[in-house]
Amino acid sequence: MHLERAHNHTWRKIKSALASGIAFVSAVLVITPLGLVFFYLVINGASSVNWDFFTKLPAPVGTVGGGMVNAIAGSLELLALAGAIGIPIGVLGGVYLAEYGSARLNSVLRFLADVLNGVPSITWGVVVYGLVVLRFKGFSAYAGGLALGLIMIPLILRTTEEVVLLVPNGYREAALALGVSRWKTIVHIVMKTASKGIITGILLALARVGGETAPLLSLLSAIVFGITVSASPSLRSHCRFLPMRSLPTTTGTARLGPARSCSSPEFSALMCL
Amino acid sequence: MEVAIAPASKAFGAPGEPPSARQAMARPSRFGDKAFEWLTCAMALTVVVLVILTGWELWHGSVGAIKKFGFHFLVTSTWDPVADQFGALPFIYGTLVSSLIALLIAVPLGIATAAYLTELAPLWIRQPLVSLIEMLAAIPSVILGLWGIFVMIPWLRDYPFAWLKRFFGWTPLFSGSIYGPCMLAGGIIIAVMILPIIVSVSREILRSVPDLQREAAYGLGATRWEATRIAVLSYAKKGLFGAVILGLGRALGETMAVTMVIGNTPQIVASLFQPGYTLASVLANEFTEATTDIYLQALFEIGLVLFGITILVNLLAQLLLRTIATTSATRAVQ
Repeated sequence: MHLERAHNHTWRKIKSALASGIAFVSAVLVITPLGLVFFYLVINGASSVNWDFFTKLPAPVGTVGGGMVNAIAGSLELLALAGAIGIPIGVLGGVYLAEYGSARLNSVLRFLADVLNGVPSITWGVVVYGLVVLRFKGFSAYAGGLALGLIMIPLILRTTEEVVLLVPNGYREAALALGVSRWKTIVHIVMKTASKGIITGILLALARVGGETAPLLSLLSAIVFGITVSASPSLRSHCRFLPMRSLPTTTGTARLGPARSCSSPEFSALMCL
Repeated sequence: MEVAIAPASKAFGAPGEPPSARQAMARPSRFGDKAFEWLTCAMALTVVVLVILTGWELWHGSVGAIKKFGFHFLVTSTWDPVADQFGALPFIYGTLVSSLIALLIAVPLGIATAAYLTELAPLWIRQPLVSLIEMLAAIPSVILGLWGIFVMIPWLRDYPFAWLKRFFGWTPLFSGSIYGPCMLAGGIIIAVMILPIIVSVSREILRSVPDLQREAAYGLGATRWEATRIAVLSYAKKGLFGAVILGLGRALGETMAVTMVIGNTPQIVASLFQPGYTLASVLANEFTEATTDIYLQALFEIGLVLFGITILVNLLAQLLLRTIATTSATRAVQ
């Protein structure tokens, strides 16, 4: 009897170790693609990353040399546009959810923001195409920035709300007790306290949007497609979005760029945390 | 009273002010309060506007196609822009099948990883692993697609696919010749893309399981795995299901990487080695090439279908996760 129980116990222990082993293997499997992709990017891309890569225009297809400056500039320009739309709306909306509003309204808004976060980015591309490109016949850098901005809104909204909620109530009470008005309390005390977290959220959203290609594919190539406006020739050279540019070049030039542009905000965000 | 007020007003740097000035100061700030509240409220309400705007815009864009094809759009499988014949069935089929493959791969892996990260792993390994998985989420999908084309597909074609064909070639699922880009490759790349979200949401859920559950299991003499299985995983069942549905929502909408590896052929065949097409890919590929109005409207309708499906799936996921959050919150209060 006693022996049987002991045997049973070792078997259970083995089973436990086995389960841990399987879980460990699956964790390794999950991060394998990350390692493989990084390895692949570094092998193929590192050799072509130099100063020219960041400062020169791309060379014609088939020639050696040239850089990605137009793509990088285009990426930054789009991110700036997207930020101009997404950051104020997202941050202020998040503040509203955390500070004002009735419980019922807020839960509805939160719910909708979460649902919007799950909407595929290509949908935004289509919507903005219908909204801007069809209606105003082009000027697609704005359209692209708008699409990215719209993607950013629910992302930033939710992170801001969560961070602002973390600020201890004592801070608010202390400020209000000193006779500071509510909005000044929120702006100067609450948001300032939460600013690190808010910035982290913004950076994460920018990082996500920075790698986004799908909505832009439909919006930016609309220029090339022929809905041209007077400003487009100069714009066109600017608007090649980085990941898009990386598609046709099989020489491996552009590949490290997007990964880096995306992972450096990610790194800084992690450091902020 | 007067004595108490005087130093305070001095501290604000207005020693000579009459008492009424203090009241006057309060009034504009009350206006500021109102203005700030309305401003932030308006910003928060953009979420509602966005949902309505998206739905309306997609409807507006596709209304011509809806009138022309009606319900047939969803159940016919001819996609012939030249003849103005549009049926979305192959795309719906491709989206569902590739997402299903992705879930079959990602769900066991993701939940096992989440369980490892919260319950089984040694403490020092947890945080680095979490950071790595978050970085996986940060890889842009084009990069993943590029890697898929140049590294993953050749490897898959030479080893696992050949192996599958040798042993399971008699089933319709793995019959036919292997091209490379195919439904199965699409499913695998989607699995890679949705793993981070499944892992991180499941991890949150497992972490929200009260420690009492674990303590009770250990107190009864459970091993680590038994405690995880009986006390944690079964307790969190509903929330994990929510995480899976959330992953499904992402899987349905994955665009770039899938477009690059799935082969982009609108057809419905049983073999997973054959190329397919998804709703999101057809939008990415053909949207700017739409030459006729009806073509564009058909694509808008595809966008509408995609939007509808993902909204529904996400609603389901949020409802599941929401009930978990509230029940665990009330339990915590009790």
